[in-house]
Amino acid sequence: MLKNIVLLLLIFAIFGVTALIAPTFAKPYNLDIMARWTGLYGIMAIGAAFVIIAGGIDLSMGSMVALVGVQFGILINDQQMNPYLAMVIVLVGAMLIGLGYGLLITKLKLQPFVVTLCGLLVLRSVARYLAHDDKISNFVHPDGGIDINYLTASHLLGIPLPLWMLVILGVLSALVLNKTTFGRYLKALGNNEQAARYSGINTDWITIAAYMVCSLMAGISAILFAIDLNSVGPNEAGSFYELYAIAAAVLGGCSLRGGTGSILGVILGTAILRELYQAIETLQVSELEGTVIGIVILAGVIADEIIRRVVDARRRKQEAGPASG
Amino acid sequence: MGASFAPFLEVERISKRFPGVKALSEVSLRVGAGESIAVIGENGAGKSTLMKILAGIQSPDSGTIRVGGQPVEIRGVNDALRLGIALIHQELNLCDNLSVGANIYLGREPKKLGWIDQAEVNALSRKYLDQVGLQVDPRTLLADLSIGQQQLVEIAKALSCDAKLLIMDEPTSSLSSREVERLFEVIQSLRAAGVSIVYISHRLSEVHRVCDRVVALRDGQNSGELAREEISHDNMVRLMVGRDLDQFYAHQPMPPGELVLDVKSVRTHANPGEEISFQLRAGEIVGLAGLVGAGRTELLETLFGIHPPEGGTIEVAGKPATIRSPRDAIAQEIFLVPEDRKQQGLVLPMDVGQNTSLPGLHRLSYFSWVDPRKEQQLADDMVRRMRVKTPSTRQIIQYLSGGNQQKVVIAKWLAMNPKILLLDEPTRGIDVGAKHEIYELMEELARKGVAILFVSSEMEEILGMADRVLVMHEGARSGELSRDQLSEEAVMHLATGQQLTVVE
Repeated sequence: MLKNIVLLLLIFAIFGVTALIAPTFAKPYNLDIMARWTGLYGIMAIGAAFVIIAGGIDLSMGSMVALVGVQFGILINDQQMNPYLAMVIVLVGAMLIGLGYGLLITKLKLQPFVVTLCGLLVLRSVARYLAHDDKISNFVHPDGGIDINYLTASHLLGIPLPLWMLVILGVLSALVLNKTTFGRYLKALGNNEQAARYSGINTDWITIAAYMVCSLMAGISAILFAIDLNSVGPNEAGSFYELYAIAAAVLGGCSLRGGTGSILGVILGTAILRELYQAIETLQVSELEGTVIGIVILAGVIADEIIRRVVDARRRKQEAGPASG
Repeated sequence: MGASFAPFLEVERISKRFPGVKALSEVSLRVGAGESIAVIGENGAGKSTLMKILAGIQSPDSGTIRVGGQPVEIRGVNDALRLGIALIHQELNLCDNLSVGANIYLGREPKKLGWIDQAEVNALSRKYLDQVGLQVDPRTLLADLSIGQQQLVEIAKALSCDAKLLIMDEPTSSLSSREVERLFEVIQSLRAAGVSIVYISHRLSEVHRVCDRVVALRDGQNSGELAREEISHDNMVRLMVGRDLDQFYAHQPMPPGELVLDVKSVRTHANPGEEISFQLRAGEIVGLAGLVGAGRTELLETLFGIHPPEGGTIEVAGKPATIRSPRDAIAQEIFLVPEDRKQQGLVLPMDVGQNTSLPGLHRLSYFSWVDPRKEQQLADDMVRRMRVKTPSTRQIIQYLSGGNQQKVVIAKWLAMNPKILLLDEPTRGIDVGAKHEIYELMEELARKGVAILFVSSEMEEILGMADRVLVMHEGARSGELSRDQLSEEAVMHLATGQQLTVVE
């Protein structure tokens, strides 16, 4: 909880400092972009959090964004399919890919890093093949189709719809993680796979489910990215997004060793990254983007480690006290 | 007794205390140059602590060590090596991915202008490999050698450090009989070259073959010595166990109930060549005795589905049961309290309540939504019933003592109404008070008709708690003792692979 408060304070601090230097940063237009993109990236980051908490990793999320976007575009443009039906189809496809990862990781005991690294290469290349290596546009007003632009463009109570979606998916994920057997098993598995198995938990299935949730989340954000940008370039779309998602999850308190993480933290982590990105754009130093974001994440992880050690040392001292007395 | 050897190592009255346990109490040991002695004792007698102290892995609380007549302090492995003392671990400390020569000179590579002098590594390695009679090219990848050959590499490495005393901890435990013969030849030639050997083995017949003298430890103290001509199986067993058995817990046997577990010719993954059969009745407490590595844990793990059986059948309450995963076992109400509670029994960063409810969480939930009240109630009940000393059920389990952690591991299964409870070293590393409570609990469960099979390396526990005892030796069932046949000697005889001489 303390960590989430710190993250929240950090969000305000970055905002204040940037707005002071460049007043345009506080313009409603800018805030709207940040809110909308936090929604889009945040959904992916939640997906990443599920596999990270289970002790795994998914490096293919960015390629998944490209592939799902391309497939979605082809279905609603070339096939003139109802966009909602198209969404269901591409999301089921995404979950099947997650199922494939899960099976390879649990049944063949392959390393998640390797499996999803191959996924990163394969999915991107399939996307390019399907799109004939060309940009797919026309998501918003396919000829004679249903208008789905509102999904990313409209507002509810002045807040962009994607942020609402993130909030809803976030609350749902937090409930699943903290209130259901699945969530408990996921954390137990991420912490100590052996103890979970010795307790009779079907660890294979829990792992597979985590990868399916992750792929589903990547798929949802892929559709929203496509609609928001009204175009998917199979070469660029989603490039490096998996790293942003992992970075947000880590910044929000997920340990890559598995077992720990909070959804609220992941959402706040995403917000900070988007805010930093936007601030860097506003200050017109975009070549420093990687430097700033990299240093912030590193500082976050270092602070986390230091706090952990201090708490540990204090606890040890407390325990040693009565024992020696 | 061994007077013909000039003393190389003299250990005098060293003691070592661990939290809650006195591991060594004024233990003395003398090894002559070129002498080969065996250190024997039951599990937990203090052998490995003594060896770790000599090898510099641990330091003694008191006592003196002299090497070549000079008092020395061994503060680390490097100190020990400088004094010529090298420990050959039961599990080899070599890198599979490096060559034989690279392993021998790891960390001490001869260099030329800052670069590793490969020719020198190979030439020097060749010399030591010859000394242990291993005919392999030093450039061979270690992984390509058999375990026996790898062990010779480890010995060659020790010799390259100019070792004058080799401590061998269970050196033959994973060797084939041919490799064992080979090792013995090497030991003989090393002794001829003036190298002393301290040999630790549970295989008493080997001790007889390679050692000049036997030193026995019992409960962290010297319990006697045997000169060359006195070494016999019976004498060794007597020195290892011959103590008055403290009756610190006496189980009240009950008439056993119906048959609940019938294990027929089961072969475990660890010892696929051996078939094991036994039966377990309701309300029975059966001990599973044997030395470390006898295959006891592997048998329990097979019954719990960690490693599916390689053959044979398991019947639960008269019906054949397929057990290929812990889930299968749990469905049959067979539960395991594992040997390594931190790795296998608990999720350390989770709290007491969450650990307790883990295996039965689905029973506390509606459509997979956990009912927090039911979970809390279960945790409260179990903490009270097991008398777990914890500030609250929200306490992270990592911060509890071993005994209280173990109580939680048992509590996990109590809530699920066990039919068959498998306990692997249930009281290892916990204090006497908690031990007693665990014995009482076993007693109570047996009275309620739970069948209990427990592995223990503590003789008191086996003798005190069991209705009958199954003994294993090298993966096979070597015998069974009813309560009136039970004695430490009988268990040790079977555990070391000897036939029981029936005295009517």
